[in-house]
Amino acid sequence: MPTSLSNLVLAAESPIGPLTLYHFLFVSAAMFAIGVIGFVSRRNLIIMFLCTEMMFQAAGIALISFGRYHLNHTGEVFVIFVLTIAAAEAALALALVVWLFRRRATLDAAAWGEMSG
Amino acid sequence: MFVWFAAIPLLPLLAAIFCCLLIARRNKTKLPAVLVVGSLALSFAVTVLGFWAWIDQGKDPINPQIYEWIGVSWGSEPGQSLTAQFGFYMDGLSWLWMLFVTGLATLIALYASEYMGHDVGKGYGRFFAAFALFVFSMACLVMGDNLFLLYLGWEGVGLCSYLLIGYFFQKPSAVAAAKKAFIVNRIGDLGLAVGIFLIFVTFGTVEYGPLFEMVRLGVDAAGRPLDGRWQEWVIPCLLMIGAFGKSAQFPLYVWLPDAMEGPTPVSALIHAATMVTAGVYLIARTMPLFLLDDTHFALTIVAWTGTITALLAATIGMAQFDIKRIMAYSTVSQLGYMFAGLGVLTSTGACFHVFTHAFFKALLFLACGAVMHGFAGQLDLRKLSGVQGMPGWRIVGLTMLVGCLNLAGFPLITSGYFSKDMILAQAFTTPGDTIWGSQWIGWVLLLTAGLTAYYTFRVYFRVFVGPQHFEPGDELHAEEDSHHGEHGEDQAEVHGVGKSHEHFHPHPPGWAINAVLIILALCSFLAIPTYFVMPEHHGWAGSMVHSSTAIVESPGAHHVEGADAEHLGTFLGYDPHKAMYYVSGIVGFLGIAVAFFLHLAGRASAATSRADALLPMLGPIPRWGQNKWYVDEFYEAVIRLPLWVLATLFHWFDQLVIDGLVNLFGLLPRLFARAIRPSQSGVLQGYAVGMAGGLAVVLIIVLIIMGRGG
Repeated sequence: MPTSLSNLVLAAESPIGPLTLYHFLFVSAAMFAIGVIGFVSRRNLIIMFLCTEMMFQAAGIALISFGRYHLNHTGEVFVIFVLTIAAAEAALALALVVWLFRRRATLDAAAWGEMSG
Repeated sequence: MFVWFAAIPLLPLLAAIFCCLLIARRNKTKLPAVLVVGSLALSFAVTVLGFWAWIDQGKDPINPQIYEWIGVSWGSEPGQSLTAQFGFYMDGLSWLWMLFVTGLATLIALYASEYMGHDVGKGYGRFFAAFALFVFSMACLVMGDNLFLLYLGWEGVGLCSYLLIGYFFQKPSAVAAAKKAFIVNRIGDLGLAVGIFLIFVTFGTVEYGPLFEMVRLGVDAAGRPLDGRWQEWVIPCLLMIGAFGKSAQFPLYVWLPDAMEGPTPVSALIHAATMVTAGVYLIARTMPLFLLDDTHFALTIVAWTGTITALLAATIGMAQFDIKRIMAYSTVSQLGYMFAGLGVLTSTGACFHVFTHAFFKALLFLACGAVMHGFAGQLDLRKLSGVQGMPGWRIVGLTMLVGCLNLAGFPLITSGYFSKDMILAQAFTTPGDTIWGSQWIGWVLLLTAGLTAYYTFRVYFRVFVGPQHFEPGDELHAEEDSHHGEHGEDQAEVHGVGKSHEHFHPHPPGWAINAVLIILALCSFLAIPTYFVMPEHHGWAGSMVHSSTAIVESPGAHHVEGADAEHLGTFLGYDPHKAMYYVSGIVGFLGIAVAFFLHLAGRASAATSRADALLPMLGPIPRWGQNKWYVDEFYEAVIRLPLWVLATLFHWFDQLVIDGLVNLFGLLPRLFARAIRPSQSGVLQGYAVGMAGGLAVVLIIVLIIMGRGG
């Protein structure tokens, strides 16, 4: 890992001391990992959907961190777009979940496994 | 030029087309028969008018051309173009044939209008459509002015023959017989087709006029003399094979007896009187080509094939029990006579025999057909006896007697006697160095004449005279019953008891059948005077042949004296033409007498006769004859079985190797798919793990590369 990552302070005031890019990326990676594990381990469609949202936000934190690190707004602009798309996608996905629930009266993803090879 | 006798083929063609339209309209009347009989009668009238016009203008060939049918050219040199006109070549031979073809077709169509009455609304239209189409094809064959038009008619009559043999297409035996006729004819047709090609290659034309002019000069298309070249004997041999197929000669005769599966009028017209004489017509028409070869190679084969066929078919006919089949074998046998006649250089005798045979053989078939019709399909001569004495059957019996006398060659009062004589006498006259073994041909034909008389009168004495007895055949159907309903009190019995034999009443033929039989019997008598007119050409038929391409200067035809006469053959030292009047008469008479002694005298029942007592003395020979000398079985073993084995091998090769390869290539993608299909588990998490894992692998690879590069 390049030394500059740990040296450049992104936020000076915090309970654990000055925060560098490393801290932000750690949070991002942790959130993404939690999202993946949640997605893989749970079978409730809504929880799985929430997990995908969490992975989105992890990516958003990483983008904003890099934007701050490089001192430009590209990352923030990207996150605005991602949020907009995520909002639209959330509406669509929740509607699908509702529809799937009506068809099978369950939220278990395994109920939709008949397309197996 | 307006060719008004083009109506001869066109009228039947129009009738055939109208019959097809009537079938399409689901017509359920006798209209097709009216149409066809009418158009054929008109066609016959036009033929007679045309014939008189032809005589008036001096008996020269008329060669009108209507339009260019085929015209191809690939260069300006002679021989680099192929033209075939749709035109007619009308000489004595064509008129002779057309007169009896259209005349007999009219009569037999009239007969069929009653005979096929059971099928009105079912196959009636189909029958008459094919019947009229046959007359059209036959007219193309006979009247055409080139070999291509002849070939068109040749295949046309073959097709109509196939359609009509297979008329009862629900009957497997009829379908098999139709296929057999068609396939056996293909062998002959191949010979004819190759022969026509070779004629075109050699002479550069297929039109009779130029062709026979070149043959007369003995040169080919390039003007080189043909003398001694291989074409001289190969062309006639190929044409001969075609004639053997169509006219049921020895190796290819097997289809004709089976062709009796068709309705009897068809057997009478196509398979006795007209179509099967097309081979005789072909050889008579192309006689100059046959005579080109000084060694007479092809004609010798024609003569001997005809002789062997005549004897073989007669021996089979003696042992059969089915009267229609006996007539079929007698047709094969008589066709053999005609070919022997052509071979021993008497095209006159052959054509005269065609002419007389057409009447009496049609008569015989139609009389047998009337019996078959009246006795519900019964054809076994052991189950019918004394038919002539039953009420309403006198005309059939008497006309049958006339036909039998003709076929047997009864002296002086029958036309068959004179025409057969002509061939027999010429066989003895023609010297053996012209046609190899012509004396032997004469002796074999003489023996055959005796056998013919015997088996013909075997039928007559068994079926038509003697104690009255009958067993009906198995073709009892509803229409048959309704016929009996006309007799009043029979109706209750027939409908009440059903189809038991005790209540079967044979229904005698109606006016149409009787009228046709009488006319044909009269015609067979009227053919006798034609032998005595125009003695310089040996009769009317001879004069017709004389003014056609079939003309042959028969050896000894003009009673040469002196040194030339020593060349000629004799009949035991006598002049064959005179001796044969007595000898063949005696032989015919003997045959009839033997048949009388064995089959009529002292016969008390239908099933047995004195002849049965003789059978054990002959050992297995009668059984062999009854089984047709096992020729069909021989063909089965030698030709059909090897072909079947070969075809089966090819079938399995196709199934296993060709299809196997194709299936293998189809199998590969399926096997690949089967290997990777489990990855589609249907579990969402599984896919997610796959995606995350894949991403991780990509990341790791990127990191490794960066780590190295960095």
